[in-house]
Order: sequence, then C-alpha cells, then structure tokens
Amino acid sequence: VNATITEPIPNPLQSQPGFAVPAALEAEVDELITHYPVKRSASLMVLHALQDRFGWISQEAVEWAARKLELQPINIYELVTFYPMFRAQPMGKCQIKVCRTLSCALGGSGKLHQHFCEKLGLDHHVHGPQTTKDGKFTVEFVECLASCGTAPVMMCNDAFYEGVSAAKADEILGNSQ
Amino acid sequence: MPSEYRLILKYADQPGYTPDVDCYLRHGGYEALKKALAIAPKDLPDGKKVSGPEQIRDDVKLAGLRGRGGAGFSCGLKWSFVDRKSGKPIYLICNADESEPGTVQGPPDHLQRPAPDDRRDDHRVFRERRASRLHLHPRRIRRGREDSESRAAGSAREELSRQKYSRQRLRPGNHVHRGAGAYICGEETGLIESLEGKRAYPRIKPPYFPAVLGLYMCPTIVNNVETLCAVKHIVAMGGAEYAKLGTPNNTGTRIVSLSGHVKRPGYYEIEVGKATIGQLINDPAFGGGLRDGRKLKAVIPGGSSAKVFKAGEKFKLKRKVDGKDVEQEVDMLDCRTISIRSSPPAACRGRAPSS
Repeated sequence: VNATITEPIPNPLQSQPGFAVPAALEAEVDELITHYPVKRSASLMVLHALQDRFGWISQEAVEWAARKLELQPINIYELVTFYPMFRAQPMGKCQIKVCRTLSCALGGSGKLHQHFCEKLGLDHHVHGPQTTKDGKFTVEFVECLASCGTAPVMMCNDAFYEGVSAAKADEILGNSQ
Repeated sequence: MPSEYRLILKYADQPGYTPDVDCYLRHGGYEALKKALAIAPKDLPDGKKVSGPEQIRDDVKLAGLRGRGGAGFSCGLKWSFVDRKSGKPIYLICNADESEPGTVQGPPDHLQRPAPDDRRDDHRVFRERRASRLHLHPRRIRRGREDSESRAAGSAREELSRQKYSRQRLRPGNHVHRGAGAYICGEETGLIESLEGKRAYPRIKPPYFPAVLGLYMCPTIVNNVETLCAVKHIVAMGGAEYAKLGTPNNTGTRIVSLSGHVKRPGYYEIEVGKATIGQLINDPAFGGGLRDGRKLKAVIPGGSSAKVFKAGEKFKLKRKVDGKDVEQEVDMLDCRTISIRSSPPAACRGRAPSS
C-alpha cells in the first residue's frame, strides 16, 4: 500500500475548486479510523463524513480520503460508483427521495413523484435525480426504504415520512423552503 | 383463530414505548444477559467440562432456532463451526442490512424500534462466547436511527461496566458501521467485504466459510437481527420451552410483513406455521382483507425475488407460513414478506392505476 497517488482517476468525478477539510472534520475522520483494525475498513464511514460536510464526493475528496486511508484513489472511487448513497455530483439543498419499489408503487408513489415534479417544475418522466435551477431541491426515485407497510414513503434529506399524501407533500416542501 | 404471538415485539406499539435504553431497562433489560453470564460450567459424567457459552450454544441448538435471514440454517450449529483454536479474534456481525423490498422487518426500523433492546442482550451473550468484536451493519437510510443505535452501543458499554464485567473478560467492542445502500450487502460475505471497505461483491464459498475465515480472515459469525433477538428469549425461557413454539421443524416466532393492497398493512409476529397466507391477508387480526372494492390478483410471498402466486393458485395460498413445509414448493417463503397486488375495482378500470 503506497500513500502517494500514482494513478490518475478516470472520470466522471467532478472537480471541487477550493476543497479544504476543516480541522474538526479531519479530527473526526482520524477518530473514525481508530475504530477499525484495518484502515481500509473505515472508507465507507470516511466517505459518509465527507458527504455530510460537502453534500457530495468530488475528485479532491476521493484523493483526500485515499491519502488518509493509505489507499489508491481507485479504491475509494470504486466505492463512490458502487454504493447508491454516495453522490458524485452536487445535489440540491433539500433532497427528496421517493420510494418506487413495489409496495410503494402500489401505494401511489408514482403520483407522489409526479406531484413533487409538477410543484417544482421538473419532468416527472425522469426517474433519476433532477435538481431545480435554483439548486434548492433534488427530486428522485429510490429503491426500497424499508417501510412497506406505510406506503408511500419518502425521505427529505435525513427525515423519513410515511404514508405521504399530496397535502403532506406540500407541507414537507413548505417546511424545507 | 390465528392470532399474533408477540415475543420479540412484546412491548412494541405500547403507549410510551421508545427505542432507547431507558425503555429497555424498564422492561427487564439485561436480565437475560445476567442469566447467561451466571451459567456455571457443568461437569459431564464422562469427565468432560461444558462451559457456560457451550451450554448456551447447546440450548440454542435444542431450541431448534433457524437463522432468520432467509436460508433457515440451524443457528446453534452455525455457531459450533467457529474456529476457536486459531488464536485470532472472533467477530460477530449483526446483519441489519436487509434491503429486500417488502421486508419491513429488517433493519433501521422495526427491529430497532421494538427490539434494539432484545438485541443488546444477545450481543452480550455472544460476547460471553468470546466473540471479541461486534459489528452492526445497518442499511442506508435513517440517520437518526443509526445515531441512536450508536448511543445504544455506548450505553451498553456503560451497562457492562456498571455490572462490573471486566473489560478483559468481555472485551466489549460494539461498533456501528454505516452501510451505503446496496441490496447485496445483506449477503454475509458481501457484507464482510463492505465492512472491509470494498465493493460488496460476495466471496466464493467454499473453500472458506466465514466461521473459519471471515472478516479480516478471522473467524466470523454473521447473524440476522431477528435471529439474535430470538437468542435472548431462548436464554430467558430455556431452549426446550422455546422449541414448543411453532412447529417441530421450525420453532419460535417470525415477524411477517404485510404490504400492498390490504386494509391493515404492517408487521405481525406469529408462531411459525400457525397461520396461512389466506388468514394473514383476510383475518381481522392481521391484514383485515383487501382494500375496498379490490379483487386479489397476486401475492408475492417473499420479497421481489420470490415466485409470484397468482390469485387462482389456491392450494398454494392455503399453505402454511412454515419454512420447512413450503420450501419444497417455494424457495423464498422464509423471507416472510407478503406483498399483495390486486386489480382496481371495476369502476376505476378506465383510470390509470395508482402505480
């Protein structure tokens, strides 16, 4: 394992000019790494910490994490592309994730997604993430959020909502303005 | 009439129920742990000694507990495969990374709502069996839940020191590792790869099984949350007593998730084999029938990868929810997840369906 970066990262990671890790975050990451007998094990937790701070994982963030964990950047890059929770591009401040897996689809998640898209001026035919022009909202379909009994369910950032009706959806949008 | 039999979910949904340690302590928390730690080594007539942990293992075997993750393998037998002579640390992974659509049971919510508590005891029980480190692997999503889980791990440590179990004896090392999505992380070797900081590609086995070479090439046991929850009750009530629940080949209770077009979707804990799918859908104690005006079209008995039962296949609908009996017919029923799909009422046919 070599601490220096020798291989360039293939795209599509985006660059984040002025990327700098605050001392507090670095301390947090250092502490995280101590939880594991092998540094590489901490990579998911380190990526979570970086994403919590910056909102997404940039090329600089990948390289920083790789240096921190004494890995090649590709070892981190492959995680960003594998795990759906990691974002390789900037997202809206409020990320609306509507579950589209079977039980929620039966419960009306299609209508819920359409409702959000129409409210925010987005195309409801697109299932992937769409961000509004002002960068405030991202709306997307996601896979099972594990609350099939209370369909349709959705998340707004880290908050979880069950049995979401159109009225409740408007309330959620209103609260996150 | 079939009815719920709540063991793991005993206190869930009661007024004032919270998923934190205080609520757990109010409901007799850590009693099973104390009992497990107090088990004295026993001398056998042939001069051999059976240690406390070994007695617990035998008790779990006697209870006939089968893994709740889906494969239904005997839990006690799995534990007996752990390589104890290697001198390496032994890891226990509590697999809370279930992403099977329709499975409400799994991770962040239900078992952490009703039973983080139950699980806490099991951790202890297992660690007493000289597992040196424990990893909890909750699936993606709910941050808040994971944070509280971390705090719970912390308070479990405090509780241990309060009970004066020395660090050396138990070597507590609870740790909550946060997953990042990916269905395959529910598979044990995929989960181990993920814990090692890699893509969650499952390992090819044989030759090496996790019980011998798992996490960091050390002996590892991966148990589903629900399995570990059951262990606590086996310790508390005794294996023989637990084996009386359910059917002879498949003992205990299971948590069944109902979702889709039923009146009362949600999770229900039943004795294994004591309710048919038809009862689960139609009985007022469970699903309460289809939503108004709807006609049954299909039932998916175990998550998205299971065979779909069409409404006409009556003999299958009558089969019991009993892994052992049904596995000959259907592989996936052990997932105990039921999604009901129905056709819209005739009056609505002209409109687009809700999905």
